[in-house]
Amino acid sequence: MAIIDQSKIRNFCIIAHIDHGKSTLADRIIERTGLLTDREMQAQVLDNMDLERERGITIKAQAVRTVYKAQDGEEYIFNLIDTPGHVDFNYEVSRSLAACDGAVLVVDAAQGIEAQTLANVYLALDHDLDVFPVINKIDLPSAEPERVIEEIEDIIGLEAQDAPLISAKTGLNIDQVLEQIVSKIPAPKGDAKAPLKALIFDSVYDSYKGVIVFFRVKEGTLRAGTKVKMMATGAVEEVVEVGYFGAGQMIPCEELSAGMVGYLTASIKNVKDTLVGDTITDAENPCKEPLPGYKKVNPMVYCGLYPADGAKYSDLRDALEKLQLNDAALQFEPETSVALGFGFRCGFLGLLHLEIIQERLEREYNLDLVTTAPGVIYRVHKIDGEMIELTNPSNLPDPAEIEYMEEPMVEAEIMVTTEFIGSIMDLCQERRGIYHGMEYIETTRALLKYDLPLNEIIYDFFDALKSRSRGYASFDYEMKGYVKSDLVKLDILINREEVDALSFIVFSGTAYERGRKMCEKLKDEIPRHLFEIPIQAAIGSKVIARETIKAMRKDVLAKCYGGDISRKRKLLEKQKEGKKRMRQIGNVEIPQKAFMSVLKLDDKK
Amino acid sequence: MIKNKEKKNLGIYLHIPFCVKKCHYCDFLSAPADEDTKERYVKALKKEIFLYREDLKENIISTIFLGGGTPSLLKEKEIKELLDAIFEAYFVEEGAEITIEANPETLTKEKLKVYKRSGINRLSMGLQSTEEEQLKRLGRIHTYEKFLESYAFAREVGFENINVDLMSALPFQTKEEWEETLRKIVNLNPKPEHISAYSLIIEEGTKFFNIKEQLSFPDEEEDRQMYWKTKEFLEREGYHRYEISNYALPEKESRHNQIYWTLGEYLGLGLGAASYRNESRFKNTENLQEYFAFFENNMIKEPSEFQKEVHILSKEEKMEEFMFLGLRRMKGISEKRFLNLFQKDIMEVYGEKIEKGVQIGVLWRKDGRIGLTERGVDVSNMVLAEFLL
Repeated sequence: MAIIDQSKIRNFCIIAHIDHGKSTLADRIIERTGLLTDREMQAQVLDNMDLERERGITIKAQAVRTVYKAQDGEEYIFNLIDTPGHVDFNYEVSRSLAACDGAVLVVDAAQGIEAQTLANVYLALDHDLDVFPVINKIDLPSAEPERVIEEIEDIIGLEAQDAPLISAKTGLNIDQVLEQIVSKIPAPKGDAKAPLKALIFDSVYDSYKGVIVFFRVKEGTLRAGTKVKMMATGAVEEVVEVGYFGAGQMIPCEELSAGMVGYLTASIKNVKDTLVGDTITDAENPCKEPLPGYKKVNPMVYCGLYPADGAKYSDLRDALEKLQLNDAALQFEPETSVALGFGFRCGFLGLLHLEIIQERLEREYNLDLVTTAPGVIYRVHKIDGEMIELTNPSNLPDPAEIEYMEEPMVEAEIMVTTEFIGSIMDLCQERRGIYHGMEYIETTRALLKYDLPLNEIIYDFFDALKSRSRGYASFDYEMKGYVKSDLVKLDILINREEVDALSFIVFSGTAYERGRKMCEKLKDEIPRHLFEIPIQAAIGSKVIARETIKAMRKDVLAKCYGGDISRKRKLLEKQKEGKKRMRQIGNVEIPQKAFMSVLKLDDKK
Repeated sequence: MIKNKEKKNLGIYLHIPFCVKKCHYCDFLSAPADEDTKERYVKALKKEIFLYREDLKENIISTIFLGGGTPSLLKEKEIKELLDAIFEAYFVEEGAEITIEANPETLTKEKLKVYKRSGINRLSMGLQSTEEEQLKRLGRIHTYEKFLESYAFAREVGFENINVDLMSALPFQTKEEWEETLRKIVNLNPKPEHISAYSLIIEEGTKFFNIKEQLSFPDEEEDRQMYWKTKEFLEREGYHRYEISNYALPEKESRHNQIYWTLGEYLGLGLGAASYRNESRFKNTENLQEYFAFFENNMIKEPSEFQKEVHILSKEEKMEEFMFLGLRRMKGISEKRFLNLFQKDIMEVYGEKIEKGVQIGVLWRKDGRIGLTERGVDVSNMVLAEFLL
């Protein structure tokens, strides 16, 4: 491979609010620049992608290298680094940004700036990236590019007069974006002869090659055979292969030097050894200091995962182990529930992460799961001075032993059109938000700042936000820390039996309300039985809410007319099917979805 | 009529998919039609009857049931033609039960005489209620008075086996009103030999379904009280409940319906009619134009050319149906018959379900039989669903 001139490299990412067109623009850029590569190679690229899909690697390459022949006649190497698009993965986003030298900011020409636009821009500016805006979706009838340009200049303070007005969908003005990537994003710096210093921004597990580490070389040069050391985990490995991603395909090369982006493999068995944010250095000639900003990512949200069919416990364990190979943030340990049997307490970065894992377990591993209500990590300070990080409500010590408890808080920013400010403020108030001010972005939109307890937003906050603003509010948050809080454990008794899997920790001021709603919800979810079933919510031995499911009085089939038995059979089969998805607790059959009830204590409005 | 003990028993169901107008609760395959359509239908139906002639050579017909719709809407001579066709094409057992469903409004003395002459020996009259207001609300076309007249004609021409269909749990109906209906019916002289008393069920696609918010129905508790009142009241009058919703004077149980509940074989003829023969369930088309197309040209030679949704029951499905149909009968199912049919002890297949059912009081098990208890009847749907394997 020819030696690459550092000044001809552009390392960048695309940042955007969700749905503003980030991936469509990425596809267009790859398509336009990919035209210069060989046709045959393209065909091979696609085959490779399929294979990778079968093996379960992330289908979308985390970093794509393409070659762009600019109007100045020179060929430039573009490294487009993909960033995850959700607040759950904020840390990964920040590491991806740290691997770039610049960012393309995509703003929807109709919607303008949203909460995540701001959050992402600030994150990019924090990492000293050069950001230039493009206005997307200008083909929409509701597009208002002038207004959006003004917004970008006024609110973010970015020069936007020459922002390309594009339609990533139709491909309009993509060339302008490519030219601006060359002219506005700086070339990387760094000494190729200095001791090796490379930043890990992602890693995936591949069953043939082991862990594939994605990195950006900041200083020095990395080649196959180098004995590398991960500075935070201390893992030492000999590099088997280095290379880069050509439009989805892994292309090995001899070496990667300062300024370049690529991958390495080194028969590493677990992504835990190659944590995002860690620094790779040469074990025999190490750099003095690691790159700044590494932190260990810890789960924020916990829930219990149980196989619907108890016999599938070991299948679930195997599946979780496999997923963990690829996802260092996923944690799990075995636990037992009286109601649900053997399962796992699992930790996630956030609710989206939880949902992704749950879906992968169900889809890729064919598991039928019962999920208990997600909760955050509470800090329980005991009278004897011990502090417990509580992830499972059932493990709460006796109240007499507890001095006080703390819960995690987040700093939230909510962008909303002025007509909905009132109802969104009400919502934040109900969720125990602490108001920190409001900024008018323009005459019709404002940015609300609140501190909110994390446990108030992991439930249905996002849905409530959308419904109370008719979809116009956008939301972003980051962790702030722990504060002292008046918390209690709410237990649910069904037919006078406590169902451990339904217990949850709640702010004492809202316990009554939540208990009542929970009972109401369970009353709807649990079918009537042949006997009456009381449903109670209790704090300790004190019952704070009660509902009763009346006994089934009548369930009779209609006339068996003209001998049409198949119709009757279908009716009975439907009834039987419903029963299959039940959990037997005492004499009561509880539908599996009831265990997620606490998540759906519907917003009133 | 020919008697032949070697032949296999078979019930015949004839579907007449026509009515004067659709009742507000009705979701059966039935609609108003003009004279020409009805004539065409009778012709087609006769062709269908003859198409099975070969097929039924080894069968003996023990029951015939003309249902609908409103079979009595047809001209009396058309009914006679249909029955004549059956007698000509198949072997009908001497003393076979032959029933026709009739709407009181459509009956005349003349019609009833012809029915009798055609071999019909059982009349099933759709009354539903004795209250004029209820009849109107249900969308029935007849009055109670008209029913009384038709009933009297039927007795006069010699019908000695009459069923009256009644419905409880009607909108705005009180227990007292329902009792009044029952009282009026058993006070008929002579009283009907058979009473079908169903609770109204609101089915999707009916007028009642669309306006159900405007109607007030008896709640479940009242519905059950009406049900148990019916049993108590009719038993005092000499009827016995032989199926969840069917009552008869001694020896007057409907033989045809019992075929359905005991896995007996029956052949359904006419639009959308369902059949069970040779371990297999199948159906006719529900599309009238398609039905005509099948039988108006002479293209079709074999019944298999137009039978639809043919499904051969697996052994398991047969066991399931034996249970969920058989348990509708108050005398329940015979453990011995289960063994004979399936070469398996019933407890081997359903032991756990049966024991649990007995324990929670929805089933009884006695003298080699298993049946629904009174509580089991109330929640029969739930209990029967348990017997799906």
